[in-house]
Amino acid sequence: MTCPEKEGWGTAFEMMPRYSIFSLIRNALSYHEGWPRAWRSPEPKSSYDAIIVGGGGHGLATAYYLAKNHGMTNIAVVERGWIGGGNTGRNTTIVRSNYLWDESAALYEHALKLWEGLSQDLNFNVMFSQRGVLNLAHNQHDLRELSRRINANRLNGVDSEFLSPQEIKALVPIMDLRANGRYPVLGASIQRRGGTARHDAVAWGYARAADALGVDIIQQCPVTGFQVEDGQVRAVETAKGTIQARKVGIVTAGHSSVMAGMAGFRLPVQSLPLQALVSEPIKPVLDTVIMSGAVHAYVSQSDKGELVIGAGVDSYIGYGQRGSLPVTEQTLGAICELFPMFRRMRMLRQWGGIVDVCPDASPILSKTPVGGMYINCGWGTGGFKATPGSGWAFAHTVAKDEPHPLNAAFSLDRFRTGYLIDEHGAAAVAH
Amino acid sequence: MLVIPCPHCGPRGEIEFSYGGQAHIARPKDPEKVSDAEWADYVFLRDNTKGVFLERWCHVHGCRRWFNVARNTVTYEILAAYDAGAKPPKLDYETQV
Repeated sequence: MTCPEKEGWGTAFEMMPRYSIFSLIRNALSYHEGWPRAWRSPEPKSSYDAIIVGGGGHGLATAYYLAKNHGMTNIAVVERGWIGGGNTGRNTTIVRSNYLWDESAALYEHALKLWEGLSQDLNFNVMFSQRGVLNLAHNQHDLRELSRRINANRLNGVDSEFLSPQEIKALVPIMDLRANGRYPVLGASIQRRGGTARHDAVAWGYARAADALGVDIIQQCPVTGFQVEDGQVRAVETAKGTIQARKVGIVTAGHSSVMAGMAGFRLPVQSLPLQALVSEPIKPVLDTVIMSGAVHAYVSQSDKGELVIGAGVDSYIGYGQRGSLPVTEQTLGAICELFPMFRRMRMLRQWGGIVDVCPDASPILSKTPVGGMYINCGWGTGGFKATPGSGWAFAHTVAKDEPHPLNAAFSLDRFRTGYLIDEHGAAAVAH
Repeated sequence: MLVIPCPHCGPRGEIEFSYGGQAHIARPKDPEKVSDAEWADYVFLRDNTKGVFLERWCHVHGCRRWFNVARNTVTYEILAAYDAGAKPPKLDYETQV
């Protein structure tokens, strides 16, 4: 290594203390003033074996598994803003794997298995809470679709059970199940291994763990272009100069089309604002996750006591991180019908994240028409739950220059061959 | 909430409208001669512009007519609304993006 390290921080390898009960006690005795920085803030080197564009959860997970599983440590993650400032810190933190189709079930279930050991693996508490996820059925058709999906899940080894209205009432006493309500609840599926995780801890944990393996995480560094020669990517142009790269992975969610445009190819995705909101904090009333695709309302309660509410996407393309008010109104209307006791609550904050939605509501983890360039996009409204599995499979794709069997079906080419993985509605939510 | 200027009914709230995606996409003239890749482009590939975008809207809860809108997808400013089938008006894209 020719680049001299700054005195005091040293290399990542020697500076990273493990978090443990002992480090907690030690730092408590010094009034928590001695905690070291969780990851370095290096200047970019002139070249890397691979550059991951996008420092969200998926990009950081990709870098982590590239280093951990494939021994690629001369790599960098370049991030336009700051770690945890994009969709990773804007979602409703729901984790589940009860998808209908085999390809999706395999990918999301692989992610869920990684979630189950993630805090230990990263040495960072991501607060993964397997509190169960319920998907509600409001009419006979919903019930049939629910049964179909439960059976498909079980055939794929994904835990999934049917709950009758009585069983739902026992689990969630505050929900209005009356048959004369506006949205009568006729049943639900439950995935007990599903739940929530602390979303920004996921970004921080992956950033810290990747940094400890030698990955350079470069924030405040927007990408302005790519150098492509003879169909092969050579370098990434950034606000901090041109960086040579043998391989480039694009993991930029709502800005995937913008990145692809710079590299000279097109993507079948549309960028739509997806919004979420949180209420004022209250005492614990809801210890599971309730989702209703039919009325587009998703709600859980955070450890702080806030209700975390997810709404639908705007119907039109937008890059403004806010979301349209009629969407908020529709979702809150449905929440108030399902939970009459929430009617007098006030909402504290509302925001949007730009999600890239594919025509079949399934992601793209694929090689691209440019050699050495790979893309991980199209996660639409449900990317958070897949973060570990997405990074794991995409790291394989980048390292080996071919997809892993888990993501082989999620290619760019599927729109030409017609082998779509149609999770619109089938994935238990309306996208 | 967008206030969309319907060319026939005037400015109305976005909840009266439904979205039709990118405007000015022509169906292939000779479908028999189109390759799979060209079909995939026609069916699935749309511009996803960050900036001024030409898009279709239908006033479903009003006059029920389709028309086109030029809208900035970052600021959400609507620059023009014009009849379906008409050519887009001249816009100074550089200064608007």
